[in-house]
Amino acid sequence: MIETTADRPPDPRADAEILLALRRGEEAAFIALVNRHHASMVRVARGWLHDRALAEEAAQEAWLGALEGMARFEGRSSVRTWLFGILANCARQRAAREARSVPLSSLEPKGDGDVPAVEPSRFLADNHSRWPGHWARAPEPWAEEQLATRETAEAARRAIEELPPSQRQVITLRDVEGLSAEEACAVLGLSEGNQRVLLHRARARVRAALERHLQGEET
Amino acid sequence: MRPPVPTEMSCRELVELVTAWHEGALPLADRTRFEMHLCLCTGCRGYVQQMRRTIEVTGRLTEEDVAPAARKDLLRAFRQFARSKGEPR
Repeated sequence: MIETTADRPPDPRADAEILLALRRGEEAAFIALVNRHHASMVRVARGWLHDRALAEEAAQEAWLGALEGMARFEGRSSVRTWLFGILANCARQRAAREARSVPLSSLEPKGDGDVPAVEPSRFLADNHSRWPGHWARAPEPWAEEQLATRETAEAARRAIEELPPSQRQVITLRDVEGLSAEEACAVLGLSEGNQRVLLHRARARVRAALERHLQGEET
Repeated sequence: MRPPVPTEMSCRELVELVTAWHEGALPLADRTRFEMHLCLCTGCRGYVQQMRRTIEVTGRLTEEDVAPAARKDLLRAFRQFARSKGEPR
């Protein structure tokens, strides 16, 4: 019996090649894909589902969907983008089911769209005689050694968790998992412009959270 | 810190365009205004640098591995799937 070895050496084959082996029914190919992508899929699922256990379930369901659908995969996208697309559907459906059983207040807040990237009080007035709209209090450089700490990573993770779901989905795909804009749009069914706006708001909030964390600011 | 050239982009405007600039999505005229402002403004250079650092920190949030229980469940599901496909209909 093949064990579910975490210590198995990473499969050197490219995803597309592994997928071909998987179509032939090769169990090792399935394990290789799971080892490579499952943790990412759980992370991405949390864009819709705060609860880790639910995100895990959505990822598992997505793997079954991938097995069912792999014969139809045509290689027009990367295997990863294809997997994330299946996952997005599973997670979205699960979140919709959950939404029926949770209070309205925990749903995505509406109209939080026009929050400025930076606290308005950080700038001089737009009619300032000399420096209109210029920094009143400019960003300070961050200490490299402090950026690398676990606490800083934790502050970023918390900030992402607190984002509205659509922003969380985009920043997770783009900046955590490293998808291109085009890939993220395909997974989420967004236009380039919408994707960019959501990414912009998400990054601005995470930056502000890191600034508060690194400089102990109360904003 | 020196002020940007008057009539050019303000710092308040620039911070809203950082992502579009990063993504190469600014029209040429705006990109020129953006980059001219950046040349002259240490505050905005600091902001752009903080954004880069933010993206780097976010990119490191990937340390979790697959939980052994999940792996076992998935393998069981795979075997079930393989059996169902292998059976004559």
